[in-house]
Amino acid sequence: MSVAEHAPRAIIDQAARRRTRIVGAILILIAAFIVMVLGDAPGQATFRLSRPRDAWVLPNLVVPAQPFIYIAAALTAFLGVRQFLRGGGRWTTLSLGLGLGLAVLAFLVWATAENAFSLTGMLQATMVRAVPIALGGLAALMCERVAVVNIAVEGMLLAGAFTGALMGSVIGGWGGLLSAVVIGGLFGFILAALVVTYRMDQIIAGVVINLFVLGLTSFVSSQVFAEMRHLNNAPVFPALKIPILGDIPVIGPMLFQQNIFVYGALIMVAVSTYYLFHTRNGLRARAVGEHPRAADTLGIDVYWTRYVHVTIGGMIAGFGGAWFTLGSVGRFDENMTGGRGFIGLAAMIFGRWHPVGALMAALVFGFTDSLQQKLALLNTPIPSEFLAMAPYIATIIVVAGLIGRARAPAADGKPYVKE
Amino acid sequence: MSVNDTLDAAKERLLQRAAPGRAQFEDLVIVPLFAVAVALMLGALIMLATGIDLPTIGRSFVALLAGSVGSLGALSETLVAAVPLVLAALGLALGFRTGLFNIGAEGQILMGGLAAVIFGFTFDGLPFAILMPLSLLAGMLVGAFYAGIAGWLRAATGAHEVISTIMLNLISYRLLDYMLRLDWVQREGRSDPISRSVPEAAELPRLLEWLDPNLRVHAGVFVMLAAVFVVHWLLFRAKLGFEFRASGASPDAARYAGIRAGLIIVLAMATAGALAGLAGANQVLGVLGRASPGFSAGIGFDAIAVALLGRSHPVGVLFAGLLFGALEAGGRQMQVDAGVSIDLIGIIQALIIVFIAAPLLVRALFPWGFRAASKGNAE
Repeated sequence: MSVAEHAPRAIIDQAARRRTRIVGAILILIAAFIVMVLGDAPGQATFRLSRPRDAWVLPNLVVPAQPFIYIAAALTAFLGVRQFLRGGGRWTTLSLGLGLGLAVLAFLVWATAENAFSLTGMLQATMVRAVPIALGGLAALMCERVAVVNIAVEGMLLAGAFTGALMGSVIGGWGGLLSAVVIGGLFGFILAALVVTYRMDQIIAGVVINLFVLGLTSFVSSQVFAEMRHLNNAPVFPALKIPILGDIPVIGPMLFQQNIFVYGALIMVAVSTYYLFHTRNGLRARAVGEHPRAADTLGIDVYWTRYVHVTIGGMIAGFGGAWFTLGSVGRFDENMTGGRGFIGLAAMIFGRWHPVGALMAALVFGFTDSLQQKLALLNTPIPSEFLAMAPYIATIIVVAGLIGRARAPAADGKPYVKE
Repeated sequence: MSVNDTLDAAKERLLQRAAPGRAQFEDLVIVPLFAVAVALMLGALIMLATGIDLPTIGRSFVALLAGSVGSLGALSETLVAAVPLVLAALGLALGFRTGLFNIGAEGQILMGGLAAVIFGFTFDGLPFAILMPLSLLAGMLVGAFYAGIAGWLRAATGAHEVISTIMLNLISYRLLDYMLRLDWVQREGRSDPISRSVPEAAELPRLLEWLDPNLRVHAGVFVMLAAVFVVHWLLFRAKLGFEFRASGASPDAARYAGIRAGLIIVLAMATAGALAGLAGANQVLGVLGRASPGFSAGIGFDAIAVALLGRSHPVGVLFAGLLFGALEAGGRQMQVDAGVSIDLIGIIQALIIVFIAAPLLVRALFPWGFRAASKGNAE
């Protein structure tokens, strides 16, 4: 009763207290950073909310820079001090999020001081850049919910991008998209076969698929595409504006004037949330991820469930991969996914193994990504390399601050041997 | 299970311990041989599928062999390619044994290599016997520090090392680009990001230069062999290594036995980072002579495959690294002689690992290569 039961609780409490203090220290550091680095901002920052040809035009948002930055710093410092004085509890994560958000806002105002900046344009870019990350995260999530760790998301995205470019050039955009989904599903099936039937280590299987796809696509693109350029010239899906909804200021361009990949990602997030948490099959899938032995005992076919979900995950990644070619440039380049699959994995963890969470996390990454692109235009004195690092540093801070509240499916990563 | 079965199983185990004959032989020799052979055949099929004719395929395999072990120069190239792979993979293997999946070797190589270059040209003028070892040490320390960040985050906050090392990799690319443009790092009179050269006293000496100035094999080979011995000793003979392995095998049991889990995680990551940093230092002090953007050239990722292929055992890692080094060197020859892109090597490497990491798959494909009984009790 006594020691054995109390010891783990004491450890958890200690960890929670330590996290509270760490988050408090981070917040105070952020506040100091805001004052010291961003403190000197003359004039006003102008944010354009509408573009000239929009149906409904909003006036520009004008912010006096210096006062805004000091208020943001004071609020962040207050949140940090509060962590030390009152203990965090459920405020810890929220405070960290608020603090980071305030820092980003202060930074934006500082960078835009005496200048003007299109907020709508940036939000639109945010959504676009979030798509492959969200789809990668969703693909990994479908696999992890049935306890298969999918490091291979990166390779599946790359395979989708490659297939999209090749088949898109040969049989047109829709055919290319369909082929990308099929090839993504094929690699999902291969992953399932390796880890479920042949019981290969899941991380190794993922690394191998990544290596294989990178090798194969690079080989074909340097061997074949270099000579036959017409095979690597796919049509790009245009943006479709949804009537009325597309005219709403700020939100309209962000959500309703995009191409099918954005709509597809949003629909898939909604459908998978409904499927996983509100249907019988979804419940069974999660049971396989939490306790496969119990699921098996109750008559759920664990192997079949894993095969199906990992294959679906592969198809989602294939669709996400097609974004790189059919949704943006129409041409395949070696290793063009550039680690988006891994960032998708981070987004899934950050989003606590929930589709909506993964989408939100992907939006955060997309935001920092597009922020960096826009700031390069504003001529800030900070070296561009440091701006490019910001999303990754933010990820580390967030993952370090969030953890303990995020929990992976219990059987995650473990092979299941039927008796 | 009847008494007889139990006795049989016990007898089998005793026999295996007395004579580690057939089953281990299959595992250590036949499976890798099959893996390499099948991977090469599938590589040929892929070449056929992309419209390469049979004579060219034949030529490319000849070039692959000639370029890896066919001559003294080829052997030298194989060793040059193998040294950083083995060093970085040793660190990763040590991490795997501790239950840490460190994807960050790439970033640790970049940071370690950059540190070695900077240390080298900053203390230009020191004698070789001091400068060269200290430059290597600088690389190790910075690599250890960089990996230690991920270890500390894991120990202090529970942030998963896969995510944090991936992020640290991405950060290291940007940091390297930035550092290479700083006044005191960038080479005089250059506008592109490239560092000053390493002074001769910091370079790892070439071993066979007296024979032929084109032989690039350098003293890093000895560093590699020494590292294999040290890691073997650390893992299997030292108390710290035992604690690493205990934490990897069962974190809970290790904690109840009084092993300080947090400290072990930080130390294991730092040791892995030191080895990756050493790999980077070897690369810049032995081969490149300077640092430029992305000079690690994917070694850190290939090293993951090497560590897996070597089954996270120092000696296995050495052989796996030599095999991958041979494929790398042979692949370059293949590109020159037969005009087949070196990317094919990546495919072959991936296939080899599939077949080695999934022995059940190899046994299913080639049932006649194995004892019938071994099917049942395979991993």
